[in-house]
Amino acid sequence: MVAAEVFLTFILVLSIFLGFELINKVPATLHTPLMSGANAISGITLVGAIGLAGTGNQDLSNWLGAGAVALATVNVVGGYLVTDRMLAMFKKKEG
Amino acid sequence: MDTLIQFAYVVSGALFIFGLKQLGSPATARRGNMISSLGMLLAVVSALLDQGIVEYQWIVVGVLVGAIIGGAAARMVQMTAMPEMVALFNGSGGMASLLVGWAALNTDAATFTLVTIILSILIGGVTFTGSLVAYGKLSEKIGSGAVLFSGQQVVNSLIVLGILAGSVMFCLEPANHLWLYLVIVLSLIFGVMAVIPIGGADMPVVISLLNSYSGLAACAAGFAVNNNILIVAGALVGASGIILTQIMCKAMNRSLSNVLFSGFGSGKTETTAVEGEIKPISVEDAYYVLEAASTVAIIPGYGMAVAQAQHVVKELSVLLEANGAEVNFGIHPVAGRMPGHMNVLLAEADVPYDQLLEMDEINPRMEGVDVAIVIGANDVVNPAARENEGSPIYGMPVINVDQARTVFVLKRSMASGFAGIENPLFYKDNTRMLFGDAKESIGGLVREFS
Repeated sequence: MVAAEVFLTFILVLSIFLGFELINKVPATLHTPLMSGANAISGITLVGAIGLAGTGNQDLSNWLGAGAVALATVNVVGGYLVTDRMLAMFKKKEG
Repeated sequence: MDTLIQFAYVVSGALFIFGLKQLGSPATARRGNMISSLGMLLAVVSALLDQGIVEYQWIVVGVLVGAIIGGAAARMVQMTAMPEMVALFNGSGGMASLLVGWAALNTDAATFTLVTIILSILIGGVTFTGSLVAYGKLSEKIGSGAVLFSGQQVVNSLIVLGILAGSVMFCLEPANHLWLYLVIVLSLIFGVMAVIPIGGADMPVVISLLNSYSGLAACAAGFAVNNNILIVAGALVGASGIILTQIMCKAMNRSLSNVLFSGFGSGKTETTAVEGEIKPISVEDAYYVLEAASTVAIIPGYGMAVAQAQHVVKELSVLLEANGAEVNFGIHPVAGRMPGHMNVLLAEADVPYDQLLEMDEINPRMEGVDVAIVIGANDVVNPAARENEGSPIYGMPVINVDQARTVFVLKRSMASGFAGIENPLFYKDNTRMLFGDAKESIGGLVREFS
């Protein structure tokens, strides 16, 4: 039985390499949308926050979780919408 | 059910990866962003189905509040204010990770979990206040210059030592909340201290680095709450932010540590002997030169964003093309205040992206260009970077506008650029200075044409 820590670290290392491969050689034109799109993904903390905000205990942990839900949602919703708004403007020359 | 949720996380991880892949090309980028948002939706819905959740009201309240704030901000923000907006979103993600780490704390946690909790608090805290300071600098709510004071190094070292000591004590004595609060407060202070010595023109580096941190914070939070998808998504963002940071540093020919610690452009008085004289030009005379030009290159900088001149610039480029000239835009990688800043502004003004040339594409063509128009750019077109070994920006790749037959420099006044370096370009024989607000000057040219 391999410890969960090892398993999680394994995932971490592979994901970092994958991230490097994915983003390399993105044209400069897309740097801003790429950044804000990636920023929206970093709002994934929301998933962790949801679990903490729904325990039903009226304790500190629950309130912190609820605050995290709100902040992470700002990051997710704002990030995706603003990226989409930018990308909608990028046009190729007609003809 | 739990297994099903875990599988859903695998699918949403795949959607993130595929979405990021598609974000790498202009033709598919918008679809890529959609795919990645679908991945997020799937992950959030799966998290809501978790049986550990017994009460939904606070989740709903949190999501509603966050969605309204985020949605409204994304809709209302001006394209020129995009760097600030990205910084704010970043900061809120960082704070969320800090809170998740804190909330995940219970006293019987294993040491490994404690370490990841303190990491997510630390990185999240630094991201939060660092982003707020970056926001302040970008929106000019606080001075955008580098803030340096004597003993800064000492203070910073003490903070780092305090954080290290607090973190170790926290892992040894998790029941004593004093250590937790100490680390939270010190990380928040450290975020401020890390960004204040960095000047406005280095913001592209800072923004991409903070972006990377927000991913790493999410990653650490993922370890703290034992959730795969946080680790995968956080690591992807962390890696992409680091790559962007590298690209930006390379474009300035400086190392990351030089950007972070040197307080560039603060108080350095560079005495370069510059020969020649400034030759101003009127809008009318500039028009006659442009009318005769058959190739024109436009090089925008942060000044174009400040003057909100992107729309008139587009108008001018259309008129020049109608007049039979070939018009291209030369974009320096660090022009503006975030990676790709100029590209977004010009896209807003409907300039097609295939008309925007990167530095390596425009430079070989520069000798064949009749008129190069520099709009609110300074350091990125400074020939001293090529010619003067004593210059602080020596070695930084620049757009060689001085090789064009004529150069128009649109500038508010003769104040030197952000880096505080004299620009010999302004004194060259083939350079004409068009003083005034960029938007008005170009508007004047547009009126002459029509």
